[in-house]
Amino acid sequence: MLKNRIIPCLDVKNGRVVKGINFVDLKDAGDPVEQAKIYSDGGADEICFLDITASNENRKIIYDVIKKTSKKCFVPLTVGGGIRSTEDINKLLNCGADKVSINTAAVENSKVVIDSSKKFGSQCIVVAIDAKKDGDKWEVFTHGGRNNSGIDALKYAKEMEENGAGELLITSMDRDGTQIGYDIDLMSKISSQVNIPVIASGGVGNLDHLVDGIKLGKASAVLAATIFHYGKYSVQEAKEYLDAKGIPVRI
Amino acid sequence: MDVTIVDYNSGNISSVINSFKEVAQDKVNIEVTSDLNKIKSSDKVVLPGQGSFKSCVDALNKIDGLTDTLNEFAITYKKPLLGICVGLQMFADIGYEETETKGLGWISGKVLKIDNQNRKFKLPHIGWNQINIVKESKIFKNIENNSHMYFVHSYEFIPKDKNVISSTTDYSSNIVCSVEKENIFGTQFHPEKSDKLGLQIIKNFLNL
Repeated sequence: MLKNRIIPCLDVKNGRVVKGINFVDLKDAGDPVEQAKIYSDGGADEICFLDITASNENRKIIYDVIKKTSKKCFVPLTVGGGIRSTEDINKLLNCGADKVSINTAAVENSKVVIDSSKKFGSQCIVVAIDAKKDGDKWEVFTHGGRNNSGIDALKYAKEMEENGAGELLITSMDRDGTQIGYDIDLMSKISSQVNIPVIASGGVGNLDHLVDGIKLGKASAVLAATIFHYGKYSVQEAKEYLDAKGIPVRI
Repeated sequence: MDVTIVDYNSGNISSVINSFKEVAQDKVNIEVTSDLNKIKSSDKVVLPGQGSFKSCVDALNKIDGLTDTLNEFAITYKKPLLGICVGLQMFADIGYEETETKGLGWISGKVLKIDNQNRKFKLPHIGWNQINIVKESKIFKNIENNSHMYFVHSYEFIPKDKNVISSTTDYSSNIVCSVEKENIFGTQFHPEKSDKLGLQIIKNFLNL
């Protein structure tokens, strides 16, 4: 039976983890490579890096981070943040990333998704959708949530599936950082509408939220940053909890 | 010992390279090349593959003499070869992804889209699933039945002779997830991404 995945996400800025695990015995708490290794040793099904580096100059640092991590972690690595072109994707894959998540570039130019899924295969193309509720619909935001594209998130999700995305990473901007749980309505609507896996993101504050994301939100995988970063829960604890709630996980 | 990972522009193979180098350390020499002479003189060959069946077959055929060299290696000289994902699928006679495409024909059978049972199951089949070992295989030494492996694919290999199947996995149907025919081994899952157990399979292949 296929298992639901738990994906810890590391926010990386200028090559350093911004939201880090508060482990006192960590030699270097800001080292993304070391933190990724802790996650993979702890049973993470996949590891996600979100590069939030602002300057173009420093963006090259992420390549080195991925290179080092992929030599130590033998679970799938997904990298997102600032990916503009098939050339950017090529570089990240060559460094050892297994998947890339494309956000703003996919909205601005759908050809990026079409071309890259043809060139590298759908299996490595994740389209990240940042959605914000407006009345009874959701709109797609770009540029790290700063710009409203006005595009309907449900229609857009379907379009990205047709363009060749292998997975969708859905973040509710209303919930992100709130720790009150995923936007279940958004997740389940998108997941029922597309036939590719959906990864739920944004708003996790406790382990029941992960359960809800899968059971009610119909997500194939759940992504979380804060609850793991600050050591509130370990990946192993999360898996045991889900297992006890009858959700199939890899233990 | 020399092991060659065939680099034929089949997509992203850096994870395959990293995992084999991790397991090999200094004991085994890992080459990443499409150089025909190097492949010929290798002790073992790894045939990765990402993207579509057609794109991988096309990429193989683009390199002059590569298919013949692989045929000679695996069929004439019967040296150990491991196909991963589309690398395994290409063992088939024929694949139907994008368009009907001829495979290597090493293990009779075809590659079809996984039946999603009227959209009841999502495709690609992505994530960790358990393998049901149906025949003793040298690459499963120290691997327990029902171990989790990492999968990502929408197509499956259906061999004619079911005796070549060494493990299956349960999704929308019983999917073939590894084969073994004499010196030819293949995994539909990605041992290079399947954590410690995946590395154990790579180790088993290197120890053959």
